[in-house]
Amino acid sequence: MSPFDATVTTPKDAYEDKRLADVHPQAWANPTPADRYALIIVGAGSAGIAAAELAIAMGVKVAMIERHLIGGTCLNTGCVPSKALIRTARLYAEMRDGARYGAKVPGNIEVDFAAVMERVRRIRCHLSGRSSVRRLAALGVDVFFGNVRFAGPDTLLVNEQKLHFAKAMIATGTRPHVPSIPGLREAGFLTNANVFNLTELPQRLLVIGGGPVGCELAQAFRHLGANVTIVQDKPLFLEREERDAAQILSDAFARDGLEVRLNTQVTGVRVENGRKLVDLVSADYRSTIQVDAILTGVGRVPNVQGLDLEAAGVNYDAVKGIAVDDFLCTSNPRIYAAGDVCLEEQYTDTAAASARIVVHNALMRGRKRFSKLVIPWCTYTDPEISHVGMYVREANRQGIPVKTFTVPMHQVDRAVTDSEEIGFVKIHIRDGTDTILGATIVARHAGEMINEITLAMVAGIGLRTLAKVIHAYPTQAEAIREAAKAYVRTRVTQRLRARLQRWLAR
Amino acid sequence: MAPQMAQLGALTDEVLLDRLQRAAFDYFVQNVNPRNGLVADTSRDNSPVSIAVVGFALSSYPVAVKRGWMERAEAVRRSLAALRFFRHSDQSGSPTATGFKGFYYHFLDIHTGARVWQSELSMIDTALLIAGVLTASLYFTADTPDEAELRELADVLYRRIDWCWAQGDAGTIKQGWKPESGFLHYGWEGYSEAIVLYVLALGSPTHPIQGDCYTAWTATYQWENLYDHDYLYAGPLFVHQFSHAWIDLRGIRDSFMREKGFDYFENSRSAVAIQRRYTQLNPHEFAGYDENGWGLSAGDGPTDEQLDVCNEERRLFGYAARGVPYGPDDGTLSPPAVLASLPFAPESVLEAMRNLLLRYPQILTDDRLCSGFNPGVGASDEQPWVSAGHYGLDQGIVLMMIENHSSEFIWQLTRGCRYISDGLQRAGFEGGWLWQGPAEGTR
Repeated sequence: MSPFDATVTTPKDAYEDKRLADVHPQAWANPTPADRYALIIVGAGSAGIAAAELAIAMGVKVAMIERHLIGGTCLNTGCVPSKALIRTARLYAEMRDGARYGAKVPGNIEVDFAAVMERVRRIRCHLSGRSSVRRLAALGVDVFFGNVRFAGPDTLLVNEQKLHFAKAMIATGTRPHVPSIPGLREAGFLTNANVFNLTELPQRLLVIGGGPVGCELAQAFRHLGANVTIVQDKPLFLEREERDAAQILSDAFARDGLEVRLNTQVTGVRVENGRKLVDLVSADYRSTIQVDAILTGVGRVPNVQGLDLEAAGVNYDAVKGIAVDDFLCTSNPRIYAAGDVCLEEQYTDTAAASARIVVHNALMRGRKRFSKLVIPWCTYTDPEISHVGMYVREANRQGIPVKTFTVPMHQVDRAVTDSEEIGFVKIHIRDGTDTILGATIVARHAGEMINEITLAMVAGIGLRTLAKVIHAYPTQAEAIREAAKAYVRTRVTQRLRARLQRWLAR
Repeated sequence: MAPQMAQLGALTDEVLLDRLQRAAFDYFVQNVNPRNGLVADTSRDNSPVSIAVVGFALSSYPVAVKRGWMERAEAVRRSLAALRFFRHSDQSGSPTATGFKGFYYHFLDIHTGARVWQSELSMIDTALLIAGVLTASLYFTADTPDEAELRELADVLYRRIDWCWAQGDAGTIKQGWKPESGFLHYGWEGYSEAIVLYVLALGSPTHPIQGDCYTAWTATYQWENLYDHDYLYAGPLFVHQFSHAWIDLRGIRDSFMREKGFDYFENSRSAVAIQRRYTQLNPHEFAGYDENGWGLSAGDGPTDEQLDVCNEERRLFGYAARGVPYGPDDGTLSPPAVLASLPFAPESVLEAMRNLLLRYPQILTDDRLCSGFNPGVGASDEQPWVSAGHYGLDQGIVLMMIENHSSEFIWQLTRGCRYISDGLQRAGFEGGWLWQGPAEGTR
């Protein structure tokens, strides 16, 4: 049996050869550096690539330095492989659930896990072309591979080679946080960095942490046939999300047969006769479970070590990352930061958007603010949970009167025809107006649906206008218009009532 | 048609309610330990005591005296037995004590009064108990040694509760505490049945919480428009009922309700309308759900382990707080939760009650409503799964809400309670009866 720990490496196949040729070719020779770059980008993840593309389009001389793989977490160990995995996991879940759709369920549904993972690698390799070093070089980016150290306020070293910059952007991202649980390191564990290397399904999997990564992977592995226990030290999953959303997710997990342990801590891990024994405690209840693999998904830590940020006068915190102002400038006015290394909102598109802000502010003396961005996000469980803008509790805390228009998915024809009635659309408005403050959507395709609300918020469109937008029938996004129509009905009623009262008072 | 319902169906609303209320009261007569006044959580064998059920029992004795169902002396004797027990109970907070800091463990042994089931020291259940204690002291105001002792004990029990301690280091009141592990993980967040808890905790002359604790609680409220009804969201029906059993929340408003131009009573009315709409839509296509088949609330339900359950695919939740619209929903309805909505929406409630009793006469035994029933997992369409025996909480809330609906008797009593009106005012409640000056005989 596999050890299911950090020794698991990516299988060497044609897909892997092609991916590495794209994102870190062994034969790559770093270019001869220019005397001075208008912009040096440290880190070639989503933020780095977005910044490079925009800066090149502006006609600026750009260098980009990557220590490991171009494409960063998203392409290599994050969104791309996890979404590919989740798609197959969903398919298996649907196969088993076929009777609900009047479909004949195959007698023996057997998961070919190696084939699932081969598909993950194939898709990752297919998408790596967009991040290929040759494409970036062809655009005109000087791509360097190697370790970076700052040597002064406008100088850095790549493998001891000196590069000078007018402006620099640090976008080194994050890596998995490893919880300090006694015995965990000795027993071996998986993180998002190596879980996609697996070719064998762990029969019994413990997932530590009920954040987005933990929830997505726990459910996917369950759908693929593993016996999964998910342990979360909080009373609900997805702590940041609304209670009702988190509650629906807990119910979905129970439906799928995940063993859910909320309010529970892992106190220790032991290995006995090759088996991993995990000690848990919930209030006063202690228990031990036996697993084959442990996956940790309990947050990320910023990659700030080894950069000699002190030499550049860049302030940072080992936990919170690089300190930036609203313009994403660090304590060194020549140096900016973008993406996960400096942001609380750690999402691919937000990283790219923040990088574009940096390019504007650094190269064009722009004054674009990060806080002006409207940022949606989604956790790709089944159902999906997406959010944009404010939460009710934030509005309450700030003294903003807030009202929520709720449409359960069971009121939406397309959700009913698709037997996907679980979930809701909640749109939060400033009470007394039709201004959208935020929204939460829980639905099979919540990630697709949230974009309409984000558009409305960015464009300053209120519920009154949304109510006028005819949506293709039948679609699940109609739930959004239904919420807007409910708003309009509350206004009409009040107006009619006032008119009637005036008429009666004559 | 079952002969029983043929009978009931012919009764006028008033007589029907009277009969159901009387039967509900008998639960407390039949399930009490007369030596210590403690009342069993359920009528099942070996049931422990739930302290909240004792609170309901203490509130029911004055009703029974007024209605002529029990002699006053007998009611005083039962009430005194309970108050004396709690006064002298072990308050050390040890794992086998009865309480700590003036609070009590949720479940107690009916003979010894010691904690059972490793239950938590429960803030809300203590509040329901003490609301009953205060109700008794507001009714038994005669100048006799027994009734004087009863009032004195009630005061001692209320004043010794250290509400402030129950906040821990948090902004809101904690849900519970265990000697083995300290405070439970989280406090009261989101609208719930806890108004009565906050009011009692604010009204204390000895260990009150601060007003911002109430504000911190209401900051987790969700004001929603669902099915074209505006309301302060809470899924299960009982949440919309429990505080109303003791406190007349009609026409008085805290700052949240002032902003919304609403009150908690109207809110409970919306909750009924939303339940009716949900069961009409019936997203999971459960048997028995329609506009007169509703009542998703906390209560007993079937589990797959039970032999009388015929279930192939749906997930069953057993005893759970079922709610609308996000669930959990396994097709189980709570008849007592329907009846206890009587003051808010009498017409809808009576229509639904008559419908349920007609279609599912099995939900009534000895004129008492079962905790829950599920038509989808019973032996046949005509034979729903029915929760065995009766639950004290169900009988208590039914009894009090029928009384408030017909005579406002409990509300009138508690309006005269200084602790409650002080608590309401410290929570920011204004208007209505709070501004009409203290009622006669305020203590």
